[in-house]
Amino acid sequence: MQALTLRKMKFQREALPQWVEQISDIPGCERVYSCIQCGTCSGTCPLSIYMDFTPRRVIALVREGFRTEALTCQTIWLCASCYACTAHCPQNVHITEVMYSLKREAIRHRMYPPRFPIPVLAQEFYKSVRRRGRNSEFWLVLRMALRSNPFLLLKMIGTGWRLLRTGRLSLKREKIERIQEIQKEFAAPREAIS
Amino acid sequence: MKADDSGLAARGYLYYPGCSLRATGVAYEESLLTLFRLLGLPLRELEDWNCCGATSYMSIDEGAAALLSARVLSLARQQGAEDLLAPCSACYLALRKTQDSVHRYPRVQQEVEESLARAGLTLLNSTRIRHPLEVLYTDVGLPAIHTKTVRRWRGGQVACYYGCQLVRPYEGVDKAQNPTRMEELLQQVGVPVVDYALKTKCCGGSLTGTLSEVGLRLNYILLKEAARKGAEAIVTVCPLCQFNLDAYQRDIRQQSGERFDIPILYFTQVLGWALGGGVRELGLHRAVSGRNLIKRWFQAHEPVEAYV
Repeated sequence: MQALTLRKMKFQREALPQWVEQISDIPGCERVYSCIQCGTCSGTCPLSIYMDFTPRRVIALVREGFRTEALTCQTIWLCASCYACTAHCPQNVHITEVMYSLKREAIRHRMYPPRFPIPVLAQEFYKSVRRRGRNSEFWLVLRMALRSNPFLLLKMIGTGWRLLRTGRLSLKREKIERIQEIQKEFAAPREAIS
Repeated sequence: MKADDSGLAARGYLYYPGCSLRATGVAYEESLLTLFRLLGLPLRELEDWNCCGATSYMSIDEGAAALLSARVLSLARQQGAEDLLAPCSACYLALRKTQDSVHRYPRVQQEVEESLARAGLTLLNSTRIRHPLEVLYTDVGLPAIHTKTVRRWRGGQVACYYGCQLVRPYEGVDKAQNPTRMEELLQQVGVPVVDYALKTKCCGGSLTGTLSEVGLRLNYILLKEAARKGAEAIVTVCPLCQFNLDAYQRDIRQQSGERFDIPILYFTQVLGWALGGGVRELGLHRAVSGRNLIKRWFQAHEPVEAYV
């Protein structure tokens, strides 16, 4: 049983070719089929050494339709959207956009590791801007830590204090005047996010 | 492109601060406003601006991300501007990206226009998104910066750091591979720059807060390489890069065992100082790291002297 879960080989019957079609229909993800697996993306990525799958392998998983592996890996969350891979790709695959589309689907189907701070940060950011039109850094970080790993706050005390002392930690909760404009813009039926 | 001084001054610029410039990046806003005032180019804040959504909105709902930027673009047009200045790299990219995808995908355009219409707004996609670095380089020009310099640089060599989202994937501000405009501007005011190969390597963005082991390591590499090249300070163009490199030097010391105390400045602070701005109006007192060096380099009591 363990050998089964550890195996690296993938079987064709586990692949979902129709899923790849959905992905390649997303604006920016059209060229996923053009990947030649040269590995330039993994070579330029400043974070690839911390990833479970390198960007090249994620593109290979997507292109072949291995949805679960692509959506549950940590790689997509480590991607900081620096666009180094996209800028250097000889086949003009917009790898950053593919990573974004995987993040969105993983959040929609709750396929990210529980209490993992990065998707929690994105969700809290989303809610705060939808409600108030702006993001207030202090409150965002506080909510992110409380919902994922409150221990993070301990690590931040020193930094927080130094920012407070230099007048860079604003406790104000920013809000725009015509927030109804944003709420009306968002009023169309959109996929639910919590 | 190069308008005469009077035409520029009459037009001024509309600018979109973004959330960071109201919190951890407040020194960027202070120095930007001071620098443009010294150049005789008043900046007018975009009224009732909203957040650009940054990378978080793209990770959740790309349609909503486009709508946030679309409202900003629509407000800019309402408020009578052809150019919108976006000093934050994340804002700059979000706006450019929305413009690009509205332009390239009719279905995105349709969704954005319908949603804006519900809020009583119309999208005019012709607003030009500008960054202060590019405005200084193209509209103001290197000679004008040089002639307006009133202070001699007393500091050491610096490394110019561009980060990621300003130069990639859109090339509007500078070349993606080896941007040099910041160096050229700083050299005009007599600041010596080092050759810094990591100038467009990512700082990790919010990873310092979410996965700090990884985020700190990326910033350690950036600091270490700058020091190795003989730079005594790093000059940045992005509030998140500045924050990461500046605020975490103690944590980086704990992780790597190496001590760093390097000032992390904004290019607007260095240029603003050369043009005669004060320490506080440039936000130089807000630095977390390298405070002693900053005190030594930027001495307010020194008389302003003729430079050219």
